[in-house]
Amino acid sequence: MTTTPIIEARNLVMRFGGVVAVNDVSLSVADGELRCLIGPNGAGKSTFFKCLTGQLTPTSGEVLFDGKPITGLKSHEIARLRVGIKTQVPNLFNGLTARENVWLAARRNHVDRAAGKLAEAVMERFGVAALAKRVVGELAHGQRQLVELACVLAGEPRLILLDEPAAGMTDEEVERITTVIREINRTTALVVVEHDMQFIRQIARTVTVFHQGAVLVEDHVDAVLSNPMVRDVYLGKKAA
Amino acid sequence: MERLMENDALRGRLLVALTALIGVGVMFWAAATLEFFQIFQLTEFLILAILAISLAFIWGHGGILCFGQAAFFGLGGYAYALLALNDFDTGGALFLGVAIAGGFAALLGYFMFYGRLSDVYMGVVTLSVTLIFQKLMNSTAGSAYTVGKARLGGFNGIPSVPTLSSPAEPAMPLMPEQLYFVAFGALILVYLLLGLMTHSSFGRAAAAVRENETRAELIGYDVRRIKLVTFAIGGAVAGLAGALMASQRAFIDPNAFGLVLSAQALIWVIVGGLGTLVGPILGCIALQYLSLWLSEGQFRVMGAALDNNLVLGVILMTMVLAVPKGLAPTIRDGVLWLWRRARPSSDAPSAPAAAGERA
Ligand SMILES: Nc1ncnc2c1ncn2[C@@H]1O[C@H](COP(=O)(O)OP(=O)(O)OP(=O)(O)O)[C@@H](O)[C@H]1O
Ligand SMILES: [Mg+2]
Repeated sequence: MTTTPIIEARNLVMRFGGVVAVNDVSLSVADGELRCLIGPNGAGKSTFFKCLTGQLTPTSGEVLFDGKPITGLKSHEIARLRVGIKTQVPNLFNGLTARENVWLAARRNHVDRAAGKLAEAVMERFGVAALAKRVVGELAHGQRQLVELACVLAGEPRLILLDEPAAGMTDEEVERITTVIREINRTTALVVVEHDMQFIRQIARTVTVFHQGAVLVEDHVDAVLSNPMVRDVYLGKKAA
Repeated sequence: MERLMENDALRGRLLVALTALIGVGVMFWAAATLEFFQIFQLTEFLILAILAISLAFIWGHGGILCFGQAAFFGLGGYAYALLALNDFDTGGALFLGVAIAGGFAALLGYFMFYGRLSDVYMGVVTLSVTLIFQKLMNSTAGSAYTVGKARLGGFNGIPSVPTLSSPAEPAMPLMPEQLYFVAFGALILVYLLLGLMTHSSFGRAAAAVRENETRAELIGYDVRRIKLVTFAIGGAVAGLAGALMASQRAFIDPNAFGLVLSAQALIWVIVGGLGTLVGPILGCIALQYLSLWLSEGQFRVMGAALDNNLVLGVILMTMVLAVPKGLAPTIRDGVLWLWRRARPSSDAPSAPAAAGERA
């Protein structure tokens, strides 16, 4: 089996002065896969995402998207290859309406009219169609998260990176994104970072565990959750 | 429903066209009503309003705070003056003034945006650039400093700058009334072009960049290119104002690059309303009339004329504190509020002209 992974990191290193945030990470995600990434605070998960999306240029190592090297490309160039990301900190156009937020993403690949259609459809899917005319800066946290997800999806990405999509959401909202993530995954590969283990159990198959910038374990979700090493560095602390 | 977005854009464009049409009406009405010297005065204010709208576009729409908008104004003015004094066709000199100012803004923007300067440093750089130009021009008083037939004249400035003439009759300078129509026409045209642009897909992308550069980049917008284009357009428009002013006054001096003018432009935008294009035009003209009125010593407290700058300063502070959004947005919200009160049964609360849909 030699299918090309949708995204692959080879010996990726990201150093900030003396801090090695990502330490020799090699990881590959198959097209259509849904990969979960877990690990304690400061393990380097967000930094890893930033290296994949060009927000940071890795100190060394290589990133390949669909088999082609993308290391060193600028963020917007990587985005145009159809890599979508929801960052850990909210990133929205706060002064614009929800509809316009989503439309701007759709507009990259479509003319005005088609972009409008796509934006409406995506917002419907995330249950935020009713918020279309509201200015995003005035929405509640969970609603903003949903609008940001809609924004990411409206770019019609081939790969979606989600950094803590369920953080600070109500149970109902979490349920909705669980459903939507499963649905998106029928056509698109995803990598999801989350601390919410219940959420992870709901969606995960293969889980990669980060610890101190490196990959600690990579295995099926059940095996990972019962792994003593993982319990020791991460889950144990959460339970305590 | 799926065409809502398009309709917003369409509504925005219609509003811009309508506003421009009102502008045309005001232009003819003022020409018919005002005295000769008032027309003359207004012409100068209209030209400054072009400078105001250039900053309104860069800062209010594009989110790029520029402390040295006068740099482009001065460049346009000097380019016009020097070219026209060297027997260039005045129309051509005007065009080149615009191009040079726009080109310089593009160059400066390239270094700022592609060098990833932070906002604070950008403020410092734009401020320094305008100061450098002013200093440089101030030091060209000697007779050695000439461009072709024209002496730069240092702080004394360049006198006898040829007035614009019609391309049909290059030898005949335009009359003051004609210059009034040129200035007003230019202002309306610039407003129309910039206004339509804010509702184009480029304009929406520029608004996205203003709101959140990271998100704009992460959905595939080339943020630096968009900022560069916005900045260059604003520079060119400021250059147009400078060139028109050199023609209007038949004179230009290093104050065209001055910090005072740059600061005034910022104030017009703040008072008129950051984020609108009409607001800063109104803010500029209103404040110009206000300072004119104050300088005539009409405003007296207990018999003594007050210092202009003091009064102006107090008015500005009051404005910023009492009307933080600026004139235009406040008036618009007021009208919308009255409208809704007049029609209490009107349907669901549509967000009052969301920030994305500014005229
Ligand atoms: N720009 C930066 N400069 C210096 N150090 C940084 C920078 N960004 C991240 N770090 C450091 O890199 C390490 C990894 O941080 P990162 O945000 O990637 O962790 P994380 O796994 O996403 O954590 P969390 O679960 O809390 O979001 C941390 O020690 C952090 O302090
Ligand atoms: Mg993180």
